[in-house]
Amino acid sequence: MSNIGSYEERLNNFSWKTAEEELGYKEGEVINIGWHCTDRICKMGKAQKTALIWEGHGGEEKRYTFDDIRKATNTIGHYLRSIGIKNEDRVCLFMDKVPELYLGFLGVLKIGAIAQPLFSAFGDESLFVRLENAQTKAIITQRKHVGKVRKLLERTPFLEHIIIIDHDGLKPLKDREKAFDLEKAEWIDEFEIFPTKAESPSVLHYTSGTTGLPKGVKHVHYSMISQYLTAKWVLDLQDSDIYWCTADPGWVTGTSYGIIGAWSNGVTQCVLDAGFSAENWYKFIQKNKVTMWYSAPTAIRSLMKAGEELVKQYDLSSLRHLASVGEPLNAEAVIWSQRVFGKPFYDTYWQTETGSMMICNYPGMKVKPGSMGKVFPGVTGAVIDEKTFEPINEPNKPGLIGFKPGWPAMMRTYWNNEETYKKKFANGWYLPGDKSTVDADGYYWFVGRDDDVINTAGHLVSPFEVESALLEHPAVAESAVVSKPDEVNMEVVKAFVTLKPGFEPGEDLELEIMNFIRKKLSPLAMPQEIEYLEKLPKTRSGKIMRRMLRAQEWGQDIGDTSTLDDE
Amino acid sequence: MDEMKDVVLKYVINEYLEDEDEVLTYDTPLISGGIVDSFSMVSLKRFLENKYKISIPDDKATPEAFDSVTKIVKLVNEFLK
Repeated sequence: MSNIGSYEERLNNFSWKTAEEELGYKEGEVINIGWHCTDRICKMGKAQKTALIWEGHGGEEKRYTFDDIRKATNTIGHYLRSIGIKNEDRVCLFMDKVPELYLGFLGVLKIGAIAQPLFSAFGDESLFVRLENAQTKAIITQRKHVGKVRKLLERTPFLEHIIIIDHDGLKPLKDREKAFDLEKAEWIDEFEIFPTKAESPSVLHYTSGTTGLPKGVKHVHYSMISQYLTAKWVLDLQDSDIYWCTADPGWVTGTSYGIIGAWSNGVTQCVLDAGFSAENWYKFIQKNKVTMWYSAPTAIRSLMKAGEELVKQYDLSSLRHLASVGEPLNAEAVIWSQRVFGKPFYDTYWQTETGSMMICNYPGMKVKPGSMGKVFPGVTGAVIDEKTFEPINEPNKPGLIGFKPGWPAMMRTYWNNEETYKKKFANGWYLPGDKSTVDADGYYWFVGRDDDVINTAGHLVSPFEVESALLEHPAVAESAVVSKPDEVNMEVVKAFVTLKPGFEPGEDLELEIMNFIRKKLSPLAMPQEIEYLEKLPKTRSGKIMRRMLRAQEWGQDIGDTSTLDDE
Repeated sequence: MDEMKDVVLKYVINEYLEDEDEVLTYDTPLISGGIVDSFSMVSLKRFLENKYKISIPDDKATPEAFDSVTKIVKLVNEFLK
């Protein structure tokens, strides 16, 4: 029997109080994600249950019980307090998927500070704009990534502490750097957490928009209510499960469901801190007897490419339930999964701003391959007319996805950017920026983005950010960045550039520009193709017509060109 | 062969290795070892194609084929012939 039972019954009898009661929370009382995911689970008699099975490169393995993670997070919290970190200070976590990332996240929350996880593959400029926006006080990182932080020292006077978790002592620490080795530290058993309340800020996740700098999405400790319940009902997490969420906690799935959802439910989870390889993933599932697997369409399509013969070499019979997030899961992937694993991947739809799942396929509910599923009970959703911002009642007619605010994990604002936050609402609906249809049975079907943001492998890339970075390359005069279709990643970044006098187009320059963006921003933002143009298509007022370039890449009608400056 | 190994190794060290203290050998796992991610693999493939004037089909540019300098050199040699 699944946790959700009947979707229809849950829909009719829904109250968020269910989750509050199960988590032992009463309105007005202290609620702290760090405490609920560790101390509370120990108090429930699961102190010796395995919380984390971690595997690194080359097969190195570490295991932690819930009592271990309770003490480890106490120890990290204690250390941060000892160097002067206070509640609501921003602490950046800039690490690979090492145990300290997961434990550090909860340690930061235990002292009431705000966790700012950032993807460790970010280049120095991507790191800088996010640290500057948050005025981050401390960063916890690894030796391998500290070089990027050192490049920013002059521009980040607000960053008081650079904490290195694996300093080997071979080279001296530099300005503002501190060594903290969790394994060698004296673990703290008794620790007083900061008494955070429902609306106390917890996490700042950064996300990209079409224009402007990345936005810091502010979440609060009360978000756990919906992360807990969606993990229980949609991922169907049960006490005996071995759960694997493949997402990196540098992104919201990795924290909402790679940390909070799993551990607030007291479930054992495993983490593989190694690059993707189909063989290694299957080996990992077989070795750890993974039962619940939450992954992403890009990974699933990569597994499809690796072929069905490979799957047959492993015993994957432990798998009980599969789910996917990040971008729309194509019908072929669902059908493939049913054939190969004997069960479909259940697609889920949500985003950084919503903090928890919004439209999902549920255990026990019929899966329509290619559909995002139905709205989570307790959330009011609709397809909204783009002009009137009223719900469209006619089935299969495309419009904007809209949700009525009020679910616990909804973002509270964009950090230092209330103006942009307000623009996300119309006629009382929160608009995530995606278009969809809804069929007569209430199933949602993804249509596309409502803006120019590029969704590559489930991660949003701002064309504006890439265009700005391109202009910093000495050869580039002008730039326009759009998405182009990709079999595995759904979309990838493509750049159109004009060159400054004295530079000649060529393959070597293309590679140089690609690497320039990769190091400055991130591998995700690196254009996978650069096309040289004599001039970019612009309106008569001088605005670059990205729309035309994008349509060209996707084989679509380029639309109205009456405003094109064709001189 | 050895000269190509050194060229590729040097390129990977200069372009992808973040930890300056990390020692990279011809057989260090690059993709599964987290040194080169799947997106960055595209620029590494482009480097090999430009340098050796070859074209590596996408279905041959797998994470497994790019997982070490030795494997990369083996792959490049298939297309040089």
